[in-house]
Amino acid sequence: MQGKENKKKSFFSIPWVQTITASLICILLGLLIGFIVLLIIKPENAVEGISKVLKNFWNYNAKRQPKYFGQTLVKTVPLLMCSMSVLFAYKVGLFNIGVAGQYVIGAGASLYCALGLGLPWWVCLLAAVVFGALWGSIPGILKAYRNVNEVISGIMLNWIGLYLINTILTQVKNPTGKDTYTVASQNPSALIPSLGLNSWFGNEKTVTIAIPLAIIIAVAVWVLLSKTRLGYELKATGLNKNAAMYCGMREKFNIILTTAIAGALAALGAAMLFLTDSMQWECTQSSVPAMGFNGIAAAFLGGLNPIGAIFSSYFIQHITEGGAQVTTLGYFSQISDFISSFIIYLCAFVLFFRGIMSRKPGDRAGRSKKGGKQA
Amino acid sequence: MTTLISYTIFFASVLMLVALGGCFSEHSGVINLGLEGVMVFGALGGALGMRYLANMPPFMMVVCCMLMAVLFGMVYSLLLAVAAINFKADQTLVGTAMNLLGTAGATVIVKALNMAADPNNTSSEIVYVQAKKYFMVNILGLEISYLMFAAVVLLVISYLVLYRTRFGLRLQACGEHPQAAASVGINVFKMRYAGVLISGFLGGLGGLMYILGGVSQWKFEVGVAGFGFLSLAVMIFGQWKPLRIAAVALLFGLFRSLSNTYNAFPFLVNLNLPGSVYNMLPYIVSLVVLALTSKNSHAPKAEGIPYDKGMR
Repeated sequence: MQGKENKKKSFFSIPWVQTITASLICILLGLLIGFIVLLIIKPENAVEGISKVLKNFWNYNAKRQPKYFGQTLVKTVPLLMCSMSVLFAYKVGLFNIGVAGQYVIGAGASLYCALGLGLPWWVCLLAAVVFGALWGSIPGILKAYRNVNEVISGIMLNWIGLYLINTILTQVKNPTGKDTYTVASQNPSALIPSLGLNSWFGNEKTVTIAIPLAIIIAVAVWVLLSKTRLGYELKATGLNKNAAMYCGMREKFNIILTTAIAGALAALGAAMLFLTDSMQWECTQSSVPAMGFNGIAAAFLGGLNPIGAIFSSYFIQHITEGGAQVTTLGYFSQISDFISSFIIYLCAFVLFFRGIMSRKPGDRAGRSKKGGKQA
Repeated sequence: MTTLISYTIFFASVLMLVALGGCFSEHSGVINLGLEGVMVFGALGGALGMRYLANMPPFMMVVCCMLMAVLFGMVYSLLLAVAAINFKADQTLVGTAMNLLGTAGATVIVKALNMAADPNNTSSEIVYVQAKKYFMVNILGLEISYLMFAAVVLLVISYLVLYRTRFGLRLQACGEHPQAAASVGINVFKMRYAGVLISGFLGGLGGLMYILGGVSQWKFEVGVAGFGFLSLAVMIFGQWKPLRIAAVALLFGLFRSLSNTYNAFPFLVNLNLPGSVYNMLPYIVSLVVLALTSKNSHAPKAEGIPYDKGMR
């Protein structure tokens, strides 16, 4: 039992230590690159700039801190749900790049139900889940029955979803601008209730039960994946479709179910953001929202673990919000987009970092990657 | 009608160039999902050239801008090459990161340059009104950029290189069965680097070409609006074969140009469809086409799998 001996030898060969260390390396390298960029642009303000990015709400005085902390949390919710969607699919061997489109569909379904049909908030959430699941299952069906690579079909569906939702939501657009109406002005019953939570966050109106709900869902996803039979079957299908089939698992059904759940998660995340009036949908946007792609970042940075994703998505949202505050120093908010996209790039090396930490003679299992993707 | 034709040719040549880039990369065994980012960086290189070299003689400037675009695209594609070939990283993840990094990085660079020139200018735009004219030539009432001729030449070269040279055949061997290729003395790592760098070359040039269409300034925050992804669909539908890719690019270019020109056709206006339908059309078509053709795909067999000597 060589493996067991090695585990005792080194602290760094414990899997979760490796995961966290690798993620921290990515974050530190990403921040370092960001700092260098700040140095190049305007050397005298670089230290203050990077500290503003990292401090986010601590940049404000103590009285306003809870309010801005609340705002960051509100926007973390959809990011967490998107990363949940990505990691769920990834555990089953699918790269859910369509998460951005599923997020768009969730926003569209929930806002149309809220503004166009005047339905209460829980119906709007349900609508987002249903349409997200349906939209999400398209790449699954194409993959299971037509052998279409889910990455390519996901990308196509992102753009189709974007134009579709832009068209649909134009019907509930505020005529004075590009954005949809606020939910509060048209149908207050569609706002997700706060149940007093906002009093903890300086009465920030957008703080709602969506925040604890998202954490509960993250834990539920963890339980589903690691403690249930369904989770086991899904993971087995992801590891080897044919083997799963010979074990009597419905491999086609499992693939479709996975993509449907992933789609529902991302769409629910969008609904949990837009039904708080934290932001409105801009009906003329011409690029797929970055939220979905940041979800990919959060999933990998969190070591593909739902609990880790809670922290990583908060971190990414934290530096994104912090990045919006460096404009006064002669920088611009895209700095944090740059840092977080660089962190995603570094996440690709996570396996390599882990490999260094647990280098054992004769062990190849950790290094061989999952198989090729057929288009 | 002429606008439809000129748009179609324009979109088709961009799609074809970038798809050919993807084709080289995949034949070497590396999936280049980051073509969108490569295009953005190629566009950045070209736009910077047009901004800073505008005083050169026209011919020299055009050549230099093309070289800049190619260089930027190739350097940027090294990000993929290093991660995927040396570090055996997940190519899908790297590609996704490169697309995000492309837009974010180009925006940061352009904004920094703009603000250095004028502290009040916080836009991410590069303006190249004068320089653009040097790229354009008027043939039979159609405004065509010289790059489109370059695209046709590159198509012929790509075909010849892939099927008629030792290099091309060896490249394909690395995408089909790298271990077998290695066993007869081919250096798989070098070949894959070559494949990815060629995709950077063609993708970068495609990016420059894309920002030369119609407009005379480019806002780098918007990236290239999914053209890199559309090119991948063109490549797959083209079954990784240059000539088929060219034909498919024409078809996709036609669909894509309808969204710009459908107003000019009475029978399309009479259908009374919202404009966004035409925006969706190329994507819907590619999805349907993929569903119909993916069952017997001719994808390189080893694409996306990091090369491991020990798997022989």
